[in-house]
Amino acid sequence: MFSRAYKIIVTVPPVLWVAVFLLLPYLLMFCYSFWSVSPAQTIVHSWNIGNYKELLLKSVYWETLLRSMFIAARVTLFSLLLGYPLAYFLSFHAGPRKDLLYQLVIIPLWVSYLVRAYAWKTILGSDGVLNTLLQYAHLTNHPLDFLLYSPFAVVLTLTHIYTPFAFLPIYAALEHIPRNLVEASHDLGANPARTFWRVIFPLSIPGVVAGATFAFVLSLGDFLAPLLLGGPSGIMISNIVVSLFGAAYNWPLGAAISLGMLLIVVSLLFLSERLEKKWSFS
Amino acid sequence: MSTGAGQGSRPRWLLLHAAAVFAFLYLPIAVLILYSFNRQGVGGFPPRHLTLDWYRLLFADAAIWDSVFNSLQVAFAAMAISLALGIPAGLALDRAQFPGKSLFRRLVLLPLILPGIITGLSLLMMFNLSGTRLGLLTIVLGHGTALISVATTEVFAGLQKLDRAQEEASLDLGASYWQTFWRITLPNLKLPIIGAALLIFTLSMDEIAVSFFLIGRDNTLPLEIWGRLRRGITPEINAISSIIFFFSLIAIVLWYRLRIRAQGSAELGTELLDISEADA
Repeated sequence: MFSRAYKIIVTVPPVLWVAVFLLLPYLLMFCYSFWSVSPAQTIVHSWNIGNYKELLLKSVYWETLLRSMFIAARVTLFSLLLGYPLAYFLSFHAGPRKDLLYQLVIIPLWVSYLVRAYAWKTILGSDGVLNTLLQYAHLTNHPLDFLLYSPFAVVLTLTHIYTPFAFLPIYAALEHIPRNLVEASHDLGANPARTFWRVIFPLSIPGVVAGATFAFVLSLGDFLAPLLLGGPSGIMISNIVVSLFGAAYNWPLGAAISLGMLLIVVSLLFLSERLEKKWSFS
Repeated sequence: MSTGAGQGSRPRWLLLHAAAVFAFLYLPIAVLILYSFNRQGVGGFPPRHLTLDWYRLLFADAAIWDSVFNSLQVAFAAMAISLALGIPAGLALDRAQFPGKSLFRRLVLLPLILPGIITGLSLLMMFNLSGTRLGLLTIVLGHGTALISVATTEVFAGLQKLDRAQEEASLDLGASYWQTFWRITLPNLKLPIIGAALLIFTLSMDEIAVSFFLIGRDNTLPLEIWGRLRRGITPEINAISSIIFFFSLIAIVLWYRLRIRAQGSAELGTELLDISEADA
């Protein structure tokens, strides 16, 4: 029903923009990763795989990547452990307050990342709220210094930030389960636990996969929480990239690491799309 | 689930768990706001001598207000770009077939799911090669591009609910495509568009990961705060953070109301799936 001209007018501008401001920059990142830096600190535009060799050979990159993935995995696990039962509660047991409670989960999702990361910094510091509270209550007589500037602080903060992200798709999946399936299971004599594990949980798996992907991918690439709260032991792979683009001035090497991250992320997104399709019920 | 309670009755541990998660989500923010009134500083329990001094200090702080003004400019400009491209992109995904459509759809959505550092750095490299000087303009381009996804998903979801018969009738009765767009399509998309605008504005005001790499001499508000955090923290930062929280809260609740009216539900997380299945 829409003319060719109409379709061209709505299609061409966004496609061109996306090609210039998204596709081209990603391709440039790819090019950069094969370039190098001269001793005079200029970028040499000749092609070689030196950056990738360095990444493969130097253990610091591997160790940091593994540590980042381990942090992201913990964040994902905790976000699911917090988000899934909450989503289940809201979807099946919240009654008339469902809408309000849902809104209460959404709000922190869109409220400033920085505000929330900063809040944790004021709580966990050695003169922070938690330490002074513990001393006030005589539970400890010296500040606990493992709270801030540690992987613990990073995992805690990122879990706080990404739990609503994990919650959303799980809740959506639970809401889409036809309630008569649940009733049928009850009527056929299954107890609630059996109904949950045999009917509800399998149908919510696409939501769990999507939520886990959001939490893992976003926390894997985070560099602000580690800078603010991580200390030397909480450094993540993106922090190395930031320093390569800053003081260490080696953009090509930084681009190679970023490209590696992009590949990990895109393959996870692809995998999760596959899994969601496989498990989705229709 | 395992307590033997039937549907409708709430297993107690679920209720406790939900209460604990809400406490986890909101306690840090409550602490942040409380200590913005604390004369003694950001830590120290119990908070003593409540005061408005930090807010007074904040209101006299010219650097902060400059950065607020910068952020407002960036947010309005980014909103204009994202809407100007996101609305047609939503229409294109809904009603046009073109080569590379599925790649286009994935690319548009990517910045929403991708860590900000990748979007920020790839744009930085492009601006660097093209000799564009970094500044508020480059941040606007970054935010505008990354947030097209928000406008596209909201508009696309709105179009799925739209009754095509109205547009058909308009065209059959002799209105041009242009008239039909302005008189039928756009008014029907009013709520999703306002909702998207609000969300884009809020997200741009708060954005830090992309701006971090595209910043020139002028700071946005989050980057101004970031710079101060590295030097040490004072309750003045609690005060500005509390104000940010308050404004975000208003914007989000408004957006939520609009969305309920537009879509009948505010469920997020589904339309990402809807779009990816649109051309299946």
